[in-house]
Order: sequence, then C-alpha cells, then structure tokens
Amino acid sequence: MPILNPRDQEAVRKEFERIAGPVKLIVFSQELAAAELCQQNEALVREVAELSDQITVEVLNLAIDRERAEAYGVDQVPAIVVEGSRDWGIRFYGIPLGYEFSNLIDSIIVASTGQPGLSEETLASLQALASDVDIKVFSTPT
Amino acid sequence: MRLAQHMSVASDRVRSTVIEATEFPELSRAYQVMGVPKVVINDRVQFEGALPEHDFLSAVLQAVETP
Repeated sequence: MPILNPRDQEAVRKEFERIAGPVKLIVFSQELAAAELCQQNEALVREVAELSDQITVEVLNLAIDRERAEAYGVDQVPAIVVEGSRDWGIRFYGIPLGYEFSNLIDSIIVASTGQPGLSEETLASLQALASDVDIKVFSTPT
Repeated sequence: MRLAQHMSVASDRVRSTVIEATEFPELSRAYQVMGVPKVVINDRVQFEGALPEHDFLSAVLQAVETP
C-alpha cells in the first residue's frame, strides 16, 4: 500500500514544478540494524522520486558501502542524502514523514535550484564563514 | 526547519542533518532533546523552537566564534 495518498501525490507534483535540475536521493539502509524503518524509508523515497522525472534514487548499505557512507558523513540508518548538481550537505536521519516530509520536499527543490531562500545579509555572512558548521535539527513527524 | 537546509546550499561550510528524534533515542538522549524542534550547532550552541532567520544566523555565527 502506498505511503502517499493521491492528494499528497498531487500536492507534491505541484511543488515539484519548481524543480530546476536533476536531484539524486541517496538512501542508506542496513537491514540488520533497522529493517522495518529502512524498508519504509526506501519505499517513501521511491514514491517521492516517482513524482518527478528529475529525481533519481540510489540505495546504499551502510555496512557494505562504507567508503561512500564515510564520504557523505553518514553513520546512522535510515538516512537520506539530498544531492543536486553537487552535494550541498543536506542529510535526513529517520523517515521524513509529517512535518519533516514538507522539509524533504523543500530540500529537494532548493538542492535542484542551488538558490537558497535567504536574505542578502545571511548569504553574505554564510559565504564568509572560515570554519565548518554542523547543524543538527531534532524533529518529530507531528 | 528549512533554514538549516537553505544554509547548507548557501555555503559549502554548512552541513545540516534533520534527525527524527523518536527513531534515534540515543542521539536524542545524548543531545538532551526534551522538545522539538531542537537545533544543535557544532555541539556548542543549541536552542529549542523555531527562530527567525536573523536569530538563527546569530546562533550559527556564535557557534563558530573562537572561544
């Protein structure tokens, strides 16, 4: 049974009209660690990807594809990397449902455009950063 | 919190990870997540709730300041 109902699918399709280029969703799974969550996460990502011909999906195994996981800095499953023309550093740990689902959709769009919706002041400050910034956002579906 | 993802796109220096708190209880415990959204920047600066862009940026800049 699909996770997204027809109304969700229609709403996402409409949002995806703003996609400006190819986006790759790299899914990290590991059946031994969290089989059910990983399966649900993969199923959700595939459903989302079907709503735009610009989105492709690659499923990797955290235990087997270690080099790729390390390169992406992913050490948990289920995980999703949202990659546009390059890796922008956008990661999701856990199944992005509810509030996080709209966050995922928005991330796909901004990854495709490479045009963040931020003020000039914020952009200037971020572009002047001299060291790395790691932002963790703890969230729940509701 | 979409600001974090947009900041990632704005700068190669910024990485953002949205973590589903209930699916990662150990991480949530480690970062003392009592309410969501909770934002932790460079394990140094943290806040709960949604902040306007200007205040979020201030938190980012505070996190990279030399102690």
